[in-house]
Amino acid sequence: MGLILAQLLTGLANAGALFMVASGLSLIFGVTRIVNFAHGSFYMLGAYVGYSLMQVLPGAVGFWGAILLSGLVVGLIGALVEVIVLRRVYAAPELFQLVATFGVILVVQDLALAIWGPTDLLGPRAPGLRGVVRVMGEPVPQYDLALIAITPVVALALWYLIARTRVGVLVRAATQDREMVAALGVNQRWLFTGTFFLGCALAGLGGALQLPKGGADLLMDFTILAQVFVVVVIGGMGSLPGALLASVLISVLNVFGVSYLPQSTLVLMYVVMVAVLMWRPFGLLGRAEVAGELGQVGAPEEPIRPAGWPIRATVAAALAVLAALPFWGSPFSVVLATDILIFCLFAASLHMLIGLGGLVSFGHAAFWGGGAYVAALLVARLDVPMEVAMLAAPVGAGLAALAVGWIALRASGVYFAMLTLAFAQLLWSLVLQWGAVTGGDDGIVGVWPADWASGNTAYFYLALALSVGGILALRHMAHAPLGYALRAARDAPLRAEATGLHTRRLQLVAFALAGTLAGLAGGLFVFSKGSVFPNELEISRSFDALIVVFLGGVKTLSGGWVGGAVFESAEDLLTRFAFWRLTLGLLIIAVVIVAPEGIVGAARGLARRAGLTRDADPAREDAR
Amino acid sequence: MTPILEVRDLSRHFGAIRAVDGVSFRLAPGEMLALIGPNGAGKSTCFDMLMGQTDPTSGQVLLDGRDISGWPARRVWRAGVGRTFQVTATYGSMRVVENVQTALMSHHRRSFAAWPRFRRLYRDEAMALLEQVGMADQAGRPAAVLAYGDLKRLDLAMALAHGPRLLLMDEPTAGMAPAERAALMELTAGIVARQGMAVLFTEHDMEAVFGHAHRVLVLNRGEIIADGPPEAIRADARVQEVYLGGGAEALAAEARDG
Repeated sequence: MGLILAQLLTGLANAGALFMVASGLSLIFGVTRIVNFAHGSFYMLGAYVGYSLMQVLPGAVGFWGAILLSGLVVGLIGALVEVIVLRRVYAAPELFQLVATFGVILVVQDLALAIWGPTDLLGPRAPGLRGVVRVMGEPVPQYDLALIAITPVVALALWYLIARTRVGVLVRAATQDREMVAALGVNQRWLFTGTFFLGCALAGLGGALQLPKGGADLLMDFTILAQVFVVVVIGGMGSLPGALLASVLISVLNVFGVSYLPQSTLVLMYVVMVAVLMWRPFGLLGRAEVAGELGQVGAPEEPIRPAGWPIRATVAAALAVLAALPFWGSPFSVVLATDILIFCLFAASLHMLIGLGGLVSFGHAAFWGGGAYVAALLVARLDVPMEVAMLAAPVGAGLAALAVGWIALRASGVYFAMLTLAFAQLLWSLVLQWGAVTGGDDGIVGVWPADWASGNTAYFYLALALSVGGILALRHMAHAPLGYALRAARDAPLRAEATGLHTRRLQLVAFALAGTLAGLAGGLFVFSKGSVFPNELEISRSFDALIVVFLGGVKTLSGGWVGGAVFESAEDLLTRFAFWRLTLGLLIIAVVIVAPEGIVGAARGLARRAGLTRDADPAREDAR
Repeated sequence: MTPILEVRDLSRHFGAIRAVDGVSFRLAPGEMLALIGPNGAGKSTCFDMLMGQTDPTSGQVLLDGRDISGWPARRVWRAGVGRTFQVTATYGSMRVVENVQTALMSHHRRSFAAWPRFRRLYRDEAMALLEQVGMADQAGRPAAVLAYGDLKRLDLAMALAHGPRLLLMDEPTAGMAPAERAALMELTAGIVARQGMAVLFTEHDMEAVFGHAHRVLVLNRGEIIADGPPEAIRADARVQEVYLGGGAEALAAEARDG
């Protein structure tokens, strides 16, 4: 009994920091509709800033003062980021902003590395709260009890701010209807900046508060991000009581999981998340989200047409030059080109889903990593030949996508995105914790291609054939009835249904197809590397693909593979330098601000201005 | 003549609110029936139930004697019902002709086909439909740049793509200039006369109603309060009461003046 109570208290103490980060994320989403992926970075900054302040400020007053100050400092940094970066991209497609926040993640990571160094920092213990208290015979750290006392205070203060003050009224009104608030003459810019300040300050506060328990390290940002997403999604996006409820639920679940099911704590968390979302797609206390036009806000998309002969000839020539690479390039360039080709196929599959289907998936790595693991497991555990494994990868990933899509497509917009993320995380945690089969953290090694494909050149040709074939097939589909039906379901779902289209089934087909091709890319990947590790299923891999799609340009047909090629080459080039994340992050932010239509969209605009291509509207063309 | 559409005691309740309450009527082939009523009378809810976008709480919708209540919209469409939208719903990322081609492709059950080139499919049929609504000259333009009146005509062409026997039009002239309204109603009336389909439309514009409807249904607070030819409706004291709070002959005046 005492042990259970002590564990319950630990869980409640852990819930504090989690709640503060989650409520900040929820607040920001509610008002600005931005899913702030950089929120974990602000939490990490809070921990580091708090650490530095505690070195300078003495005693108990200094300790608590440092925590409050870190909240303030991080809040100001957040407001700065909002003003410098996000304010410029509010007009861009809604989810384009996530690309910008991803750039912020990279920048913060390298800045933290430069300022505080690579070693993990041990947090100072709170003055006067270093001991333990016996609760029914079990030791409970005093600091845990302090956290349990502080969390309700913060929650109450937040509730007072939101429910009882004028600022709170504006925040609530903006959460309900942003346009109406703007129409009433509220300065939306300052409301957004203020919300960012508050949300980031809460994250910083959470980071500083957990210092005595967890310290500060460079992996904190993604670790907390995964948990915070779970919390916010279970509680309901934009709901503060929901965030509190879910924080407590998840923290307590984790503590008990560690004691009683140590092999499946992570799995447990994501199973709960999937279960809640299947039961209530909008979270426990969330409201139904009006299906947003994710990725489709802004200037209307132009009608597509098959490429004219100049473009076809150029592409054919470029492909011929690429196919001759083993004859004119270095051995290293052949390996690099193989990597790029495989990544392009992965990116193109997600691009089809987002571009044609309007379905923004946050968990596409599930099918890439899933395909890789299917192939690796078959080869390593069952001695299956490469050819069969290479076929099983897309089939396995496609079937998984069919199952995931069947459930996730019950929701739409951000909730669809979150459900896909939940499934990807579930798969990741399964692979990580089911070590007996998957090898866990050690991954699966020694997965080499068959003899005929084992040379770098031979494998390059295999990757070239399958990737280019896959990308061309996707492109062909865009010009076929299926592609048009998908765009119809995306442009005007009611009209599509009222002209006989089964929109959900169409979207399921697209989802399964995207999963299949991502699985094929994953299968190609595992044989090119000879090994696979759980990080191929991580959130950051899904984000890579998303960023590539948005950088390439959602409203174009070639955005996927062009973005993939540019991103993968840039990353390869930059990783040779120190602080490459900083450079890449700044580069991403720059593209977001300068070319919100993506690389292909911007190139098309330039070509049109130069008179190289025609306007999409013949009427305007005639008028010229 | 057997009715194309028969609605029996149709109701839709949202909690304690009776948006539509026990509505019954019939619609014969070749007939243009107007459904009118003040804002909040239940017209749109009624419409959504006919088209399968809202499930009725109780009652039946019979199409050619077959009970279609509760069917999803896509199945209702396949059974021969087309609809236009109050706020036009077209595919903004496609050209005008491609919008109609997409509807035709669905009619021919080829929307899952991944092989054929879309551009060549049903192009002539689509152009014929656009010709019918006077949009052929704009076939190559992106739908996103069309003027509102043209969008309405495109919407109509898509609703006619599968040769429906029943056409549902939700406020066909809403948001249009007076001259355009008359033109669109003339166009619709012409198509109805040629093809002999039945039309049910809701409308706020009294000129459109009294100029083109063969029969008028008046809905108030979810119930039908009058059903008859336009002249009878115009003279109906209850209708005047509902619409104008008893204000003399303003209804008739409005109909005369537009």
